[in-house]
Formats: sequence, structure tokens, C-alpha cells
Amino acid sequence: MRTAIILLVLVAFASVPGSLVPQRSSDPNGVIVFRDTNPELFRFYDSIQLFDTFTSVWFSSIYLLLFISLIGCIVPRSLYHWRILRAEPADEPASWVRLPFRRAEPATGGTVAALDRAEGALRKAHYRVVRNDTSIRAEFGYLRETGNLVFHVALVGILATLAVTGGFGWSGQRVIIEGQTFTNQLASYDSFHPGSWFNEQQLEPYGVTLESFTPEYTKDAVNDAWMPIDFTAKVSVTEGNAMREVVLKVNDPLVAGNSQMYLLGNGFAPVITVRDPQGTVVFDQPVVFLSQDSNLTSVGVVKVPDGLSEQLGMQGFFYPSAVDLDSGALSSNNPEPTNPTVTLNIYTGDLGLDSGVTANVFQLPVESLTQIAGRLTGTDVVLTPGDVFQLPGGLGSIEFTSLRRFIGVEIRHDPTQLGVAVSTFFVVAGLLASLGTRRRRVWIRVRGTARRRELEWGGMSRGDDPRLDASLDRLVGKTLSSAAAKMRGK
Amino acid sequence: MTNNLESISLIATYSAMAVYTLAFILFTVDLAGRAATDGQSKPTRWLHSAIAVLVLGFAIHFGAVITRGISAHRVPWANMYEFGLTATLVLVGVFLGINIWRDVRFVGAFVSGFAILALGIVAVNFYVAVSPLPPALQNYWLVIHVCVAVLGTGFFATGAALSASQLFQQSREEGKLQTRSWRFLSAFPSSETLEALAYRIIVIGFVFWTFTVIAGAIWAERAWGRYWGWDTKEVWSFIIWTLFAGYIHARATRGWRGRPAAILSLIGFSAVVFNYGIVNVFFKGLHAYSGL
Repeated sequence: MRTAIILLVLVAFASVPGSLVPQRSSDPNGVIVFRDTNPELFRFYDSIQLFDTFTSVWFSSIYLLLFISLIGCIVPRSLYHWRILRAEPADEPASWVRLPFRRAEPATGGTVAALDRAEGALRKAHYRVVRNDTSIRAEFGYLRETGNLVFHVALVGILATLAVTGGFGWSGQRVIIEGQTFTNQLASYDSFHPGSWFNEQQLEPYGVTLESFTPEYTKDAVNDAWMPIDFTAKVSVTEGNAMREVVLKVNDPLVAGNSQMYLLGNGFAPVITVRDPQGTVVFDQPVVFLSQDSNLTSVGVVKVPDGLSEQLGMQGFFYPSAVDLDSGALSSNNPEPTNPTVTLNIYTGDLGLDSGVTANVFQLPVESLTQIAGRLTGTDVVLTPGDVFQLPGGLGSIEFTSLRRFIGVEIRHDPTQLGVAVSTFFVVAGLLASLGTRRRRVWIRVRGTARRRELEWGGMSRGDDPRLDASLDRLVGKTLSSAAAKMRGK
Repeated sequence: MTNNLESISLIATYSAMAVYTLAFILFTVDLAGRAATDGQSKPTRWLHSAIAVLVLGFAIHFGAVITRGISAHRVPWANMYEFGLTATLVLVGVFLGINIWRDVRFVGAFVSGFAILALGIVAVNFYVAVSPLPPALQNYWLVIHVCVAVLGTGFFATGAALSASQLFQQSREEGKLQTRSWRFLSAFPSSETLEALAYRIIVIGFVFWTFTVIAGAIWAERAWGRYWGWDTKEVWSFIIWTLFAGYIHARATRGWRGRPAAILSLIGFSAVVFNYGIVNVFFKGLHAYSGL
């Protein structure tokens, strides 16, 4: 037990860095920001695995020690308890004087009848009873230790479930634009986190098409800001030959195949059309702009590697409800598209897409490119739907054609859920059973002279038991009242 | 109408604080009165008034919570202000409830003092007007998860008050703290009784906290796609759970009963306070619903 206390306190303290330092598992961006602002400290922290606290060697070793000590405790206790469960109630103590509960009552109707009544009352109260001619041994509350053991075994069950099934899980993120279809295969994911034993066969084939996404906002009068109150994504799911319409909402995931899809984010995807000087369309697709604030001012990058005489890159802002600020800059004052506007900085040069290195779709290598339009070039590019901008030097034209919305979803298969849920159920059941049960022992013996026999009750409890006296008094009382009833009956 | 109720709620909150202050004074006067009659631990007549005033404060406080809930059209525990408001109510309620089961009026000064402090901090620093819920919070798990968290917090707070008294009482029993100003401790039961009381109350808090973590995990699975992800709030809930698990073990281990166990209980409750007051405000994470 001493080891358990020390290890429990150690686990608690070892968890603290996991909340102070950004974790790769829960806050990967925080880790990147930390690296950029504190490169020196980052190296030190990283060397002691502070960014992966809960999978680190030191944290793992503490909880593994805790579980080893737990198992080392459970096994002998279970064996012992198994013997106790099959054993008879304990023998009466050598000295009755030290028993916390003692009471003597006349053996009304003879000792045999009195012992019968006592035995009946004890059995009715679920005591385990051994009766002799002149004495009774009884014990109650085996559930206390049983529950305690179930609780601890179930904790091991949680850990075992995680260890055995955790590796088969996977999760991935994907942005789906209105009208787009996501098909569940590895290549369709924007990012994917496989468990250590993942294989591609685990991805069951299905398709999810985003038909529409409708957010609802309300003006918070106090903070004078728009707040979302509802997000509704209408999707159609195709599995095999069956197609169904489903509403996907926050707190209401979609189940498809062996995985679940969660609605986590949303934003705007302006459709950008680029034409060459002859008017032939060389690029025409919705481009995801990531929102930066509650009024959905968003940033995005457009890359047009082919079709024009030079590679074209654009970096810009999207404002759902653009208004002019005093400074001349634009701002959005509403998350709904009342005045959708795109502003762009346009570059030419090598976009770096042919080098074979995977490029981040949200980054443009502007240092190696030449800006030809936009901020600080004298020709601002500010487009509302239908606006066309002619690129300088007769390169072609850019149009903000229309506007669509997108949703960000997380798709996840977590095989640990069932085992953890079942184990957790037993954790709670064991805890409640153990804490709600008192371990009590009762002995009864016959005393007194031949003329005036009486039953002497003795009782004790293992552990704190403020209600021992009250409970046993009630038990004794029952035998008396049933004796009185019998007497009256005669 | 809604705004009206909201301001009624705030007025009621401040009134409850005023009434609690009166109760606190009465509890203190009672303790001082007992200290004066050295060795005697009979309650003075002030104690009855103290409890009566505390019940009145509780009623007003209850009104503040109810009107807040009605004006918001939802359960009154969706941001830090509301959580603090409701948790303090539960703390006072738990204290009053325990008194039906067993006389623990001697910690009344602790409890009412803590309630005043907590309400004051919450009302002054965390107050926010009623605002609609973001989609992630529009779920019945908000009712369950936060409700059991509030209950757990209430029991842990009462347990902490008892553990603190236990520490002082134990020092006094060992011959320390014999000056006049500590004589009020003679009104308290023995440190052993205090420890047994604290244990029973903290165990109930522990059960509620276990439910808080489980309900939170189930909700997190629905809302965020995973039941456990070591979000800062999850980390601290885990820390609290382990600390109190340690406390429960300490109570059953020779050499750890008494002072070490009480200190663990106080560390555990500090973690609860830290989780609410510091993690919500200064740490970033998914539980960023504090509304500040």
C-alpha cells in the first residue's frame, strides 16, 4: 500500500508537465510555436520527452510500476479472498471485552428458540451463519473485498485493453467542400494517424458527400460579437449500394463502416477561376480558406502550376462581410457572407511543386517568387463574386466565381472503446460495491444461569463503521419483536 | 424579462454573500464563546442563529442560481461564473445536509468563510452576462458532467475543511497550539473523529469525481471524437482523481493515517481549486468555455 500511495502521488505530479507544456498529441501547433519561439529550450524539453509526457519513458515507467505493484497486490489478495469466501465465519474472539458492540437479551422461549430467531434475523440480513448448540458465528460484507478487487482488476482491464487493441485504431482529418465526395481510402485523407498495427484493409469503403452546410449565428449583445449556436451539415452516405441522407452535427457523429465521423470545423471555400490569355479555363476549383477569427476572416493559398506561361501563386484573405477600416484595410463584421470579398497577393515563379518534396497546401514560398500584383505593388486585387482581375503582362485573368462552404471532419476507428467502457463499468460497480458495504462479524453465545438464560451478542467491524451499533441494535431488536409476536400468538 | 431575471440573480448573489457574512460572524462568535469557557465544548446560543442565517443565505443563493438558469434557458453551469455560483451553493447545501446526518456545525465558520470568498471572487472576477451556448455545449452531457463535477467539488471542499481542522486539532492534542487564540479548537471533536468524518465525505466526493471523469470521457467521445486525449482539463481531472485515490489508500495504511493523509486531502483539494481557477483562465485547451 505504501508503494501504491507513493506511485499514485508520483503519477499525479508527473502529469503536471503534460498540462504546462504543449503536447504533440493534443496540441501539435503549440509544439511548433514553442519550437519557433524557443529553439534552445525546445531541444532540451524534447530530449526529456516533455512534449510527449504521457507516452514518455519516465511517465510510462511510473504507471507501469504502479500497475505491477497493483497486480502484485491483487493476486495474493484474490487468492486469500477466494479462501475466505469458501471458509466459515471467523471463530469467536478470545476476549469479548474488546468487542465494540455487546448486548445481552433474555432468551425468551428457551435458548433454542432464541438462537433460531437470531439465526433467522442474521440470515435475512444476508449474514453467512454457522450455528452450534449454544452459539452462532456470522459474517457479512464479503462484497466489500470482492468489489475492491473488481475495481482494481477493472483498472488493469483498462490498461490491458489499451495495450492490446490500441494499435489497431486510426484517425484522420479531411476537409470536405460542398458538393465534394470523400471516399474512405488512405489517399483521400488530408492527414492520417495510423495505430502501430494498422493496415489499409481496415478502411471499409464508403463515400460521404457534403450536400450543404448551414451555420446559425446569434449576436451576443454583451460582447457585441457573433456567436455560433448551431452547425448543421447535410451529407449523403453511400455504403455498398445503399445511399442515405444524414445530418451531421457537433456532438452527433456519423457512423459509417467501422468508423465514426465527427464535425469539428468549417469555413469558406471561394471558387477561383483562372483563364489563359485566350480565355481557356486552366484552373477552376473551390479553394479552402482557413478562418482566423469569430467573423471568419480567413487566409488561403491558390497554386496554379500549369496552363499559363508561368507558374502562378496567390496568397490572400477572404472576408465574408467585408467592411473598410479607417486604416484602409478590410475587415469582416459578420460570419455570414453578406459581402464576400477576396483580396490577393499574386506571385509568379517556381512554386516548388516539382521537387518531389511534399508541399504544404497552405504555404507559398513567397521568398523565391516575384510579386506581380496585390499589396504594395500599386495594383490591389479585391474581388467580389463575378469580379475578374486581368493579370499584368497579359498573363491571363482571375475570377472569384462563386462561394462554397466546407467542413472539417475527423474520421476515427477506435477499437479500445468497448473494452474500456466495459472495464469502466466494472470500475464503478466495484467502487460502489466496495464503499457501500461494511464488513461485519457477529457472535452469539448463551450465558446466564439455568433459570435465566440470555443470549449475548458481540459484534465488530473491519474498518470504519459508524453505523455498526445502530445496525446490530436493529438486528437484535428484530429478534425481540418476533419473540414478542410469538408470545402474543400463544 | 430575461435581463430582469439576470439582474435579480446578481442581486441575490450579493445578498447571499451578505447573509453568509452574517452567518460567518455568528459561527465565529460561537467558537469564540466556547473558547472563553475553557474546556467546555457546548455550543453557545449563537450557533442556532448561525445555522438559521446560513439556511436563509442558502435560500437566497438558491434563488440566484434558479433565476440565472431561467434567464439563460438552460442549466446554470455553462461558464466559470455559473459553475462557481452553483458549486458554492452545493458546498453550503452539502454542509447543511451533513448536519442532518451528523453534527458538524463546528466547521460552519470554515464553510461559510469559504463560500463568501469563493462567491466574491467569482462574482467580481468571473461575472459574465447570460449568453447563448456554442454548439459543442448544447448537449445533455453538459447537465450530467458538470452536475457531478459540482457535487464532487462540494464534497471535496467540505472534506478539506475537516482535514484542515484535523491537522490543527492533532497539533493541539500533541501539546502545541495551546495559546488562547487556538482554544476554539476545544469545540471540535478529536482529530481521530475529524479524520473519520473527512474520510467519509471525501469518499463520496471521490465517487462523484469518478463519475465526472467518466461522463466527461463519454461526452468528449461524442463531441471531439475521442474519449481521452490528455487535454489540459483532462490532465488535471486525472491528477485530482489520483491524488484522492492516494488519500483513500493512505487512510488504510499504517504510518500514513492522520497527518500525511490529511495533507494529501488538502493537496487534492488545492488541485481542484487550481483546476477551476488557474487551468480555466491561464491554460489553453479544449475546455475553453470559461466565458471570460
